[in-house]
Amino acid sequence: MAAMNMLQAVNHALVLAMEENERVMVLGEDVGHFGGVFRATSNLQQTFGKARCFNTPITEQGIIGFATGLAAQGSTPVAEIQFADYIFPAFDQIINETAKFRYRSGGQFSCGSLTIRTPFGGGIAGGHYHSQSPEAFFAHIPGIKVVIPSNPYQAKGLLLASIRDDNPVLFMEPKRLYRASVGEVPEGDYELELGKAKIIKKGTDITLVAWGAQVEIIEKAAVMAEEQGISCEIIDLVCILPWDAEKVCRSVCNTGRLLINHEAPETAGFAAEITTKVQQECFLNLESPICRVCGLDTPFPFAHEKEYMPDHLKTFEAIIRTVNF
Amino acid sequence: MKNRNHVSKIGSSHIFKIIENALTDIPMFSLLQENGCLHAEVSDCEINKNTAAKILQTMHYIRILDERMVAAQRQGRISFYLACTGEEAAIIGSAAALLPQDMIMSQYREQGALAYRGFSTQEFMDQLFSNQRELNKGRQMPIHYGSKALNFMTISSPLGTQIPQASGYAYGQKMAGEPAVTICYFGEGAASEGDFHGGLNMAAVLNCPVIFFCRNNGYAISTPSEEQFAGDGIASRGIGYGVKTIRVDGNDALAVYVATLKAREIALQKQSPVLIEAMTYRLAAHSTSDDPSSYRPKEEESLWKHRDPIVRFSNWMKQKGWLDETAIANFTEHTKEQVLAALKEAENVAISGIDEIIEDVYDTPPWHLKQQLSDLKTHIAKYPKHYPRTSGRL
Repeated sequence: MAAMNMLQAVNHALVLAMEENERVMVLGEDVGHFGGVFRATSNLQQTFGKARCFNTPITEQGIIGFATGLAAQGSTPVAEIQFADYIFPAFDQIINETAKFRYRSGGQFSCGSLTIRTPFGGGIAGGHYHSQSPEAFFAHIPGIKVVIPSNPYQAKGLLLASIRDDNPVLFMEPKRLYRASVGEVPEGDYELELGKAKIIKKGTDITLVAWGAQVEIIEKAAVMAEEQGISCEIIDLVCILPWDAEKVCRSVCNTGRLLINHEAPETAGFAAEITTKVQQECFLNLESPICRVCGLDTPFPFAHEKEYMPDHLKTFEAIIRTVNF
Repeated sequence: MKNRNHVSKIGSSHIFKIIENALTDIPMFSLLQENGCLHAEVSDCEINKNTAAKILQTMHYIRILDERMVAAQRQGRISFYLACTGEEAAIIGSAAALLPQDMIMSQYREQGALAYRGFSTQEFMDQLFSNQRELNKGRQMPIHYGSKALNFMTISSPLGTQIPQASGYAYGQKMAGEPAVTICYFGEGAASEGDFHGGLNMAAVLNCPVIFFCRNNGYAISTPSEEQFAGDGIASRGIGYGVKTIRVDGNDALAVYVATLKAREIALQKQSPVLIEAMTYRLAAHSTSDDPSSYRPKEEESLWKHRDPIVRFSNWMKQKGWLDETAIANFTEHTKEQVLAALKEAENVAISGIDEIIEDVYDTPPWHLKQQLSDLKTHIAKYPKHYPRTSGRL
């Protein structure tokens, strides 16, 4: 084991994947010699050569289209989109091409070896275009998986699993944890199963669900709630698509209450999908309405970022309201 | 309907030939040599003393502003800054050739164009400190300026998105019969985005009075231009789309000014787009978030430091007998004081009140935004210390 931050963990996973399989290639804007704007791809070009880790022109649609073709031919591309806010020129490729590649060809062709890495989320004073959390757009698309780690251990194990998974995976990295989140990470190879949520803490009164950087927010709120005698069960969803409905529903059947926290705007956010499924599966166990604590339905603001964020205090207040319903 | 024959203009040949480069040597229009002397063949050029003096003054102004604000970011007073050092001639020389009614759609490194238009030091500072006086209401990161009054469209970070918008804006100007053009700035890296291709092609097909101004400064963050494109720069693409094209020395303010003046004339009179590729060098880091020493050699930077566009233009002004060194020295000193005073003032102005968070999402806030604001205000009132920048004014 070694102490690593999330960037080091991502880098470690990429090194292992490239060492193991020479068809693994890393591409994206500034990922080469420079090692990416966050340094997640540091030294990959120096170690594995320019043919396997290379800068691309600034064209997100080009990057994903290229990587989709590369995957279809039999390579294992790991494409980086510099910020999730800039993934939208590639939306057409991801939605209409990558996600439908296998289905439309009756299984003859596949780009399942493709992994798309992209940093997302707020907390770095990034304003409109360096802060967004677009996971719900991609959760709406059959044919891709959406994975979001919340600590370095998960980042490495999930990224290795994503690279080796035979489906295109959108791997969303919560950038405010890149250096802030440090933890023990095995130096060897390991994978964490995709599609599995993680129960961080058992509890009896309310289930709290979040993913990525918001996990630590609900943990903080849970500490405040515990001081009021409220026992919280905390779940890190880890995967948005497919998501671990079984684990969440089992938890809610026990606690009778559910709060979901995400940074993305409330309307049509992924919390809405979880809510629908849980009320369907746990209707007779519910003691109170399912509660969402989310970003506002505004563009991500710069000066008002603190007010915009679904922070621990908003979460704590919502826990109290839900328990006292 | 008329008969069409899309091959009618193409000659045929019985010789098999692969075309590797039909556009050999797109030359770079240049008037000033590196020492500031006019090229021998050039007698004089169409610029008056006042314009030349304003170009020089604005270049000095921006150099001071950039240096001070990079330092302010290092001190933690603002979160982000982005300098245009080395590219002042390309930006300011082109802006000087426009008229106030022309729309400017910039990328994010064209603060010089905004300054030339008359954006005040205080307006710069209010934006950089995202306070409540800021014209965009503090909604974006520092350097995302915008001014309706100065016909300078608010900046958006995503690359290249302004290019097709500029074509559309210019088409609207044409349809409205306005005696105005749109200039659209972008870097050679942004020209790799799909929006560049869509924007140029539409402008050409729809005859839009737009000037596409590419600052080819050699780098897109860390990526050198040889990893960005394999063809002859950006100029060759204009020709491919049927857009009239000029390549210019971007460190020669005079050549940039003259080229843009001509481009504007063509755009307006012929109602057609023009592409200008200004060859320059980003002496600055991409932004305060990167350190260029990790991706380019110091010697390369030194080479371009010797091609400083301000020095070159000053030398020409001097030879012309137009340089007032005392006036420049006074202006420099005054600007330094003014920047510092405006900075201190801006950092003490509050951010917008929280009611502004839901304004301008739509023309009027719908019910759900009003509800969210109401809930937010109740929450802030309960935890005022946690939201100190807005809790005092609920």
